[in-house]
Amino acid sequence: MLRFEQVSKGYPGGFVALDRVSFELGKGEMAFLTGHSGAGKSTLLKLVSLIERPSAGRVIINGIDLSTITSRQIPYVRRDIGMIFQDHRLLKTHTVFDNVALPLVIEGFTGRDMARRVHAALDQVGLLDKARCLPETLSGGEAQRVGIARAVVNKPPLLLADEPTGNLDPDLSKDIMRVFEAFNQAGVSVLIASHDLGLIARMRYRMMTLKSGRMIHDGLMHKEEEAQ
Amino acid sequence: MSILFGGRATGAESFNPTFAGRIWMAVLTNLRQSISSLGELWRTPLWTLITVAVLGVSMTFPATLHLLVKNVQQVSNSYDKSFEISLFLQNTATETDVATLSTLLQGNPEVAEVKLISKDAAMQEFKQESGFGEALDFIEQNPLPHVLLVTPKVNTPAAAQQLQENLAKERFVELAKLDISWLERLAALVNLVQQAVYAIAVLLLAGAILVIGNTIRLLIMDKKSEIEVMKLVGATDGFIQRPFLYTGIWLGLFAGILAFLVIELMLWWLEGALARVTSLYQSQFHFAALTFGEFSSLLLIGITLGFIGSYLAVRSHIRAIEPA
Ligand SMILES: Nc1ncnc2c1ncn2[C@@H]1O[C@H](COP(=O)(O)OP(=O)(O)OP(=O)(O)O)[C@@H](O)[C@H]1O
Ligand SMILES: [Mg+2]
Repeated sequence: MLRFEQVSKGYPGGFVALDRVSFELGKGEMAFLTGHSGAGKSTLLKLVSLIERPSAGRVIINGIDLSTITSRQIPYVRRDIGMIFQDHRLLKTHTVFDNVALPLVIEGFTGRDMARRVHAALDQVGLLDKARCLPETLSGGEAQRVGIARAVVNKPPLLLADEPTGNLDPDLSKDIMRVFEAFNQAGVSVLIASHDLGLIARMRYRMMTLKSGRMIHDGLMHKEEEAQ
Repeated sequence: MSILFGGRATGAESFNPTFAGRIWMAVLTNLRQSISSLGELWRTPLWTLITVAVLGVSMTFPATLHLLVKNVQQVSNSYDKSFEISLFLQNTATETDVATLSTLLQGNPEVAEVKLISKDAAMQEFKQESGFGEALDFIEQNPLPHVLLVTPKVNTPAAAQQLQENLAKERFVELAKLDISWLERLAALVNLVQQAVYAIAVLLLAGAILVIGNTIRLLIMDKKSEIEVMKLVGATDGFIQRPFLYTGIWLGLFAGILAFLVIELMLWWLEGALARVTSLYQSQFHFAALTFGEFSSLLLIGITLGFIGSYLAVRSHIRAIEPA
């Protein structure tokens, strides 16, 4: 599904954010990406969503090398990837419904068919009753779930989340993670960047750890780490 | 069809397999975007008003000049039809000669009418009009020539001039005079004003495009974060720029309507004065307002300006916004 082959990313100014990173995320797999602040987690996700391009190496999704994707094709590639952000990035002047509908509107959906899909997505995150609200009237956890609904409304095969629980208390974080688990169980590949080690440990999924841009660990969490 | 995932149908094609259905969807989407652009303008009424006012004024000015030129042209055209050639005959010409010439001229296909003012009649008139009266009785011989007033059938200054030259060559004709110079001057003036109108119009309309472009640029900057989000969820530049193009088109349309209203208001305001002027011309002409065709052109020009201005703005500014 998603494969990194010796991927490096240097930012202008010579800073190396990712250094020869390789891994593969299988179809229907769920994994966490951890590491200290500045380790390169966001950078890695940005390479997948084509916000950034690698300096070296190849990023491959479903057998297609992203370096072959032209800038005109980028929007179409992004429609296959659901993205969730720490600051949820909702449109402030639009209702929850409109926010979730945005990816569908972009793809040309209209009317009842669009409404049906939006309601299904809102139902999956448990926010059906908030459809008519504006984002500013929502709590942090609710806003994050709206972001998730928007990311999954057009049923992308791959879901990326960058610190989706960054601002949430432990209980809310657990709720959000359950939502991700549910999508994963429906066959979606999920990659979540997070430094909430305690939460990840309890969930017992594959974990990849970055340190100064290098992948220093890939696999289930060790017992001793779990004990921390 | 998805680029990355071969079998994954996306968007309209996944639920609307017919071509006509997809066209209909596109029409609906465009309609919705144009209406939402209108709503967007409504949300910042003051800014919209200022922009429309500036645009409207820059369109009103050339449109008013156009109206003026059109009417002056009409006046000069109505005069073209009524010029007169005066043939001053030689002193040696006898009454018979004059009669012969008059008959000859009446047979000329380019001549509409010939009127004789005999030297006696001319003297009589001169005595009355000049006020010298009796004093002129002391002049033994009448120094005035016979005059034939010829009204040509032709109605352009050039053709009239040609006729005048031909008539000057007739026997007994001392001098043929065409009262044309002021007409030509008027025509030249109208021409000049017309050229100036074009030049001013081009300048003002270029200014209007810049104004629209700047307004749209500010709107884009204002929505920078929204545009970033749209790009992140897979919107193409084309999709993102469409509402801005509609905004530009609406602004242009409103400016066109405003220009029309201002002109109508101006005509209404000047109605009295215009009536007085036109009455001087004994209803030979009536001040022509904007025709429906000109009204439509005004709107079309506004729409075109709006489109060009906003297109220039979105071209450069939307592509430059990239999510980080
Ligand atoms: N656009 C950029 N230009 C230059 N340097 C950048 C840019 N974006 C990120 N970096 C640098 O790259 C490094 C990795 O950044 P990245 O955002 O990937 O870290 P992160 O693991 O997501 O950290 P955090 O947990 O704080 O979000 C950081 O040191 C950062 O300063
Ligand atoms: Mg980060």
